[in-house]
Amino acid sequence: MNFNLTDDQQAFADTARAFAEKEMAPFAAKWDAEHYFPIEVFRKAGEMGFMGMYTPEKAGGFGMSRLDAALIFEQLAMGCTATTAMMTIHNMVSWMIGEFAKPEIAEEFCSGLVTGEKLGSYCLTEPGSGSDAANLRTSAKKDGDEYVLNGSKMFISGAGATDVLVVMARTGGEGAKGISAFVVPADAKGIHYGKAEEKMGWNAQPTRLVTFEDVRIPADYLLGEEGEGFKFAMMGLDGGRINIAVCSVGTAQAALNTARDYMHERSQFGKPLATFQAMQFKLADMATELVAARQMVRLAAFKVDENDSDKTTYCAMAKRFATDIGFQVCNEALQIHGGYGYIKEYPLERHVRDVRVHQILEGTNEIMRLIIARRILADGAADLL
Amino acid sequence: MKILVAVKRVIDYNVKVRVKADQSDVDLSNVKMALNPFCEIAVEEAVRLKEKGVAEEVVVVSIGPKACQEQIRTALALGADRGIHVESDVAPDSLAVAKILNKIVAEEAPQLVILGKQSIDSDNNQTGQMLAALADMPQGTFASEVVVDGDKVQVTREVDGGLQTVELTLPAIVTTDLRLNEPRYASLPNIMKAKRKPLGVKTPDELGVSIDSKVSVLKVEAPAERSAGVKVADIAELVEKLKNEAKVL
Ligand SMILES: Cc1cc2nc3c(=O)[nH]c(=O)nc-3n(C[C@H](O)[C@H](O)[C@H](O)COP(=O)(O)OP(=O)(O)OC[C@H]3O[C@@H](n4cnc5c(N)ncnc54)[C@H](O)[C@@H]3O)c2cc1C
Repeated sequence: MNFNLTDDQQAFADTARAFAEKEMAPFAAKWDAEHYFPIEVFRKAGEMGFMGMYTPEKAGGFGMSRLDAALIFEQLAMGCTATTAMMTIHNMVSWMIGEFAKPEIAEEFCSGLVTGEKLGSYCLTEPGSGSDAANLRTSAKKDGDEYVLNGSKMFISGAGATDVLVVMARTGGEGAKGISAFVVPADAKGIHYGKAEEKMGWNAQPTRLVTFEDVRIPADYLLGEEGEGFKFAMMGLDGGRINIAVCSVGTAQAALNTARDYMHERSQFGKPLATFQAMQFKLADMATELVAARQMVRLAAFKVDENDSDKTTYCAMAKRFATDIGFQVCNEALQIHGGYGYIKEYPLERHVRDVRVHQILEGTNEIMRLIIARRILADGAADLL
Repeated sequence: MKILVAVKRVIDYNVKVRVKADQSDVDLSNVKMALNPFCEIAVEEAVRLKEKGVAEEVVVVSIGPKACQEQIRTALALGADRGIHVESDVAPDSLAVAKILNKIVAEEAPQLVILGKQSIDSDNNQTGQMLAALADMPQGTFASEVVVDGDKVQVTREVDGGLQTVELTLPAIVTTDLRLNEPRYASLPNIMKAKRKPLGVKTPDELGVSIDSKVSVLKVEAPAERSAGVKVADIAELVEKLKNEAKVL
């Protein structure tokens, strides 16, 4: 067991850090304030190779490990949480298409996705089914050599600004086994986009309701076989949870660094904040918990790379822990700034607003606990070592 | 033509530098190291000349401990073709570096050698000039524009009075200033490709160069802390202070 980054991983992280510092960090506050979706940054990220990192090579992706991707996303998130989160969703979509679509369909869609010229959204949640995703109602009816989609998808990240949707829809009976996954061009006839939701954070990307009204797509756009869609959606989310977790870790690291600098700069009672032991202890706990969260996420990524039979449990644990710790660290960093933490001149309140949703999406942290508990309480369950 | 670029491993420019307690040097433990920014500009310029079809090969050389290979790999990921590492655990001084580079120049016979004008650790700004003397080549230092034209290179230099353009006959030495170009980022595919590019290792001994320095560092001190400024009431007071206290007017 070796916990050190390899030379390559260090180089990946360095280049991602440089990109985050120059292309994202200086603008993140403006994008947040103006609700601006920085499409040009996704194009540049595509040139860097960030848009199809673990998309299989057979589909034109880079076939990198989840661990490598996690290291890169963590650095990017230090520059802009919302933009990086969108990149992670895009990577998940590009992977699902590359992995499960028919080869020629995978090539057709992934060629644009991995370069960042085309962007992807993931459509699972519906107004009536969030945590209970297997209960989704959007239908896909086979009609000759086409499928016809009807229904709606709630809270879709990037919707309206993206080009390709992966849509989970019901082709069979009740429950998870009746669900299939499809690639759907975002401009297909019959797709309607709702207004951009007004959100607490993640303002650098739109979130919209997507409605499907007799949307016809070629039958070839089915991923895998009918009935495999929910399985694919959950496999996508294993990686997605790692990614969202590292978005929290990266943002929390940025918040921690800002707080550390502030503790040196700000004086009260004639002394820098850094000299107050209560402040020092706060910072020490933040750093310790952040390292624990980071290692847990990397462990989960490793488990996915190894295709460990407990990978889903590890991903759930990492997502739950890292997004809770990430929020806590950002919130404490805000507290260290006193009143200055609460105003928009400083990045802390944005960090808090941005990472808050990580505890909710890609499966709420309550659902993560359900997944973990189910595994631990299973009949004859072995210990997790 | 072939371009040789010399690159140095230095403390990352973002790092707040600390002096060791015994004042023998800057503290390098647990400090992030990086490619010297001026060297990065040198690599970028060479790669652009290659992309324009002016150069066929870009060779990077770095001198120092084994860890320097990280910076050579960075340069390869930015687009250089081949690396040479001259391994030395002792940090050579500028003259020793220039002597080693002179041997590499003799072996490689590049038409153009590009170096950073200085490294941000010791800020000496002399290696390029020393190399030019040793190799008996013309030099264009502090370049903000480099145009190769046949067997000549025009170098626009940033000098105190503004810009000066000199024309050198190749082979020549150019050192880079900050405004020469804005280096690209290493993309993930190029980082992966860099791993497969050749990297040769030599020693100063093999090159017949002694790196024993005639310069020794006596003491390293942090710059004095800047004291707080003063507020002036009006312009008259400001001018008075500039005249009589600062004596700059
Ligand atoms: C900004 C944003 C972006 C999003 N992007 C996407 C996207 O791109 N694609 C997509 O498909 N979805 C997306 N989502 C949706 C997100 O995944 C869901 O909001 C989430 O899964 C929760 O579903 P819900 O909102 O319907 O909450 P509900 O499922 O209604 O949950 C309400 C509360 O009840 C709890 N709860 C529910 N069931 C249980 C249970 N069995 N035991 C214990 N507690 C329970 C939940 O944890 C939660 O606290 C996004 C959401 C947001 C806010």
